[in-house]
Amino acid sequence: MSSFSVTEPSKRSKWFAGTMVVIYALVTMVPLAWIMLTGFKSPADAISYPPKVVFEPTLEGYVNLFTTRTRQTPEFLAANPPETWYDEIVREYDMVIAGPSKFGERFLNSVIIGFGSTFLSIFLGTLAAYAFSRFKIPLADDLLFFILSTRMMPPIAVAIPIFLMYRQLGLSDTHLGMILLYTGVNISLAVWLLKGFIDEIPLEYEEAALIDGYTRFQAFYKVVLPQAATGIASTAIFCLIFAWNEYAFAVLLTSGTAQTAPPFIPTIIGVGGLDWPAVAAGATIFLLPVMIFTILLRKHLLRGITFGAVRK
Amino acid sequence: MAEVVLKNLSKSFGADVGVDNISMTIPDGAFVVLLGPTGAGKTTTLRLISGLEKSDSGEVWIDGRNVGSETPAQRDVAMVFQQYSLYPHLTVKDNLAFPLKSPILNTPADEIDRKVAEVAEVLQISHKLNNKATELSGGEMQRVSIGRALVRDPSIYLMDEPLSSLDAKLRTDLRVELKRIQANLGATMLYVTHDQIEAMTMATHVGVLSNGKLVQFGTPREIYEDPNSLYVASRLGLPRINIIPSDIFGGVPPGTNQIGMRPEHITQGSGQEAEIKRVEHLGDQTRLHLNLQGHAITTLADPETNYEPGSQIKIAPKNPLCFDADGNRIR
Repeated sequence: MSSFSVTEPSKRSKWFAGTMVVIYALVTMVPLAWIMLTGFKSPADAISYPPKVVFEPTLEGYVNLFTTRTRQTPEFLAANPPETWYDEIVREYDMVIAGPSKFGERFLNSVIIGFGSTFLSIFLGTLAAYAFSRFKIPLADDLLFFILSTRMMPPIAVAIPIFLMYRQLGLSDTHLGMILLYTGVNISLAVWLLKGFIDEIPLEYEEAALIDGYTRFQAFYKVVLPQAATGIASTAIFCLIFAWNEYAFAVLLTSGTAQTAPPFIPTIIGVGGLDWPAVAAGATIFLLPVMIFTILLRKHLLRGITFGAVRK
Repeated sequence: MAEVVLKNLSKSFGADVGVDNISMTIPDGAFVVLLGPTGAGKTTTLRLISGLEKSDSGEVWIDGRNVGSETPAQRDVAMVFQQYSLYPHLTVKDNLAFPLKSPILNTPADEIDRKVAEVAEVLQISHKLNNKATELSGGEMQRVSIGRALVRDPSIYLMDEPLSSLDAKLRTDLRVELKRIQANLGATMLYVTHDQIEAMTMATHVGVLSNGKLVQFGTPREIYEDPNSLYVASRLGLPRINIIPSDIFGGVPPGTNQIGMRPEHITQGSGQEAEIKRVEHLGDQTRLHLNLQGHAITTLADPETNYEPGSQIKIAPKNPLCFDADGNRIR
């Protein structure tokens, strides 16, 4: 082969790049696949050694995740035949279903707190980023640095002060408290990322809109916001992932009403210790919302829709 | 349409002077062209009238109102930017409809459709109405940008070199089209350009700016034939006016330092000897590039004549423009 091109990679390098991507995808996906498989194993299969890849699937993990169960006497069990498929699963352990577990509530808490704080971070972050990008603000650089500096220490370093503060303010174990806390952590990231995106939107668009008969807020809403959609989407994903996965503060500040799923899942106790299939089932379900959110917003993650209409 | 009056308008950006004490009346229905080199304050003047910049001092009056405290939207002006700023997330049609949909105009849907179709027809972009703005060529974008101003019926159209990015053919077409539209609508227009032909063919009035000051304001013929300074004289004219020391030919009013001769204001056959350096046959005219005692002179000759480079020719000025040492006109 004698031809050489600087723009089009050779077949071999394309093949190499493709292989690397596949290997990377496998490496990152194996643990996920393992969690998902474990969710369908029996407790014995889940902890067997060597690990079982081929096994008889069961929904036991999911049943245990969503229910609480009590052991019953053989007489009671004989007198009350199982009514549903999930009754039958727990009968194998001489148990009956006593009621739903707290997983549903905890999951809903995660949704409310995760999406609530993401929305609030994006809402405040976009307005702040627009102001920093477009207006002359006294000490703008210092303010921006201050906002960034809140991210410079590990959040857990302020855990004790926040714990005491929240107890005084009555924010411990409340949805509002957790939303405010996660927004506080995310807002610096949101302001900085979004400012970068808004800086790239030329001022001419807003000026044109102002002259076309719109107020500044309408120009922001109709012209800047649609063009910042890409940046807003990717920032929202970052914020959601943080708030969704946060563990340390959730353990410290929530115990009941506002407890999110991450501190709840590992506490699922089964017969004789941790119920690994139920934990894995919880983790699997817990993964889904962020996955769906990312898939829904993925087209905005591809840059390039806003380029080319202003001559530079 | 309306009369626009600028009274002692000034604006500086830190140490840089943008506009320095400009007073100008743009009569209702006039087509005023602002001429001047980069940095002379042309664009700043447009931005002050539109309300995108706040003046340091002075007033802008549109249609008898002092608009000092009004927002750009309230001033009822349309502006075409030098950089065509189409909204990239909208289609061509939505771009054109955008000003009509504004809360201030709030045009009914059927009228929007009618006006957009009309303007698209004039600008020859009807077939692209459903394209995304980013899918257009540069020329098409600029036409949409002009169209976005033309769909409206504002007090004044402000245009900042709207044709500068187009190719020669389209530029000529659009120049004629713009002038026709302006004349039909009786629109008031303030137009910034570097292009002499645009200025001479479209303008009813020309304002010449220098370092933020309005140095002369008049009809294109006045500016061309009767400039009040060397600076104004050299803004118009292609080939440029020839400037030479006044003592070469003599016979000038006292105080004259330099004289300016337009290429067509040089007679041949008598006067001073000059050497022909180069002959350009342009078809409708022939340009002669001469060397007159070390000064480069450009003049015109009959297309039929046959001059040879290297030969000598006698030339004399006809009604030269006389300037003093500071470049001011001596009449």
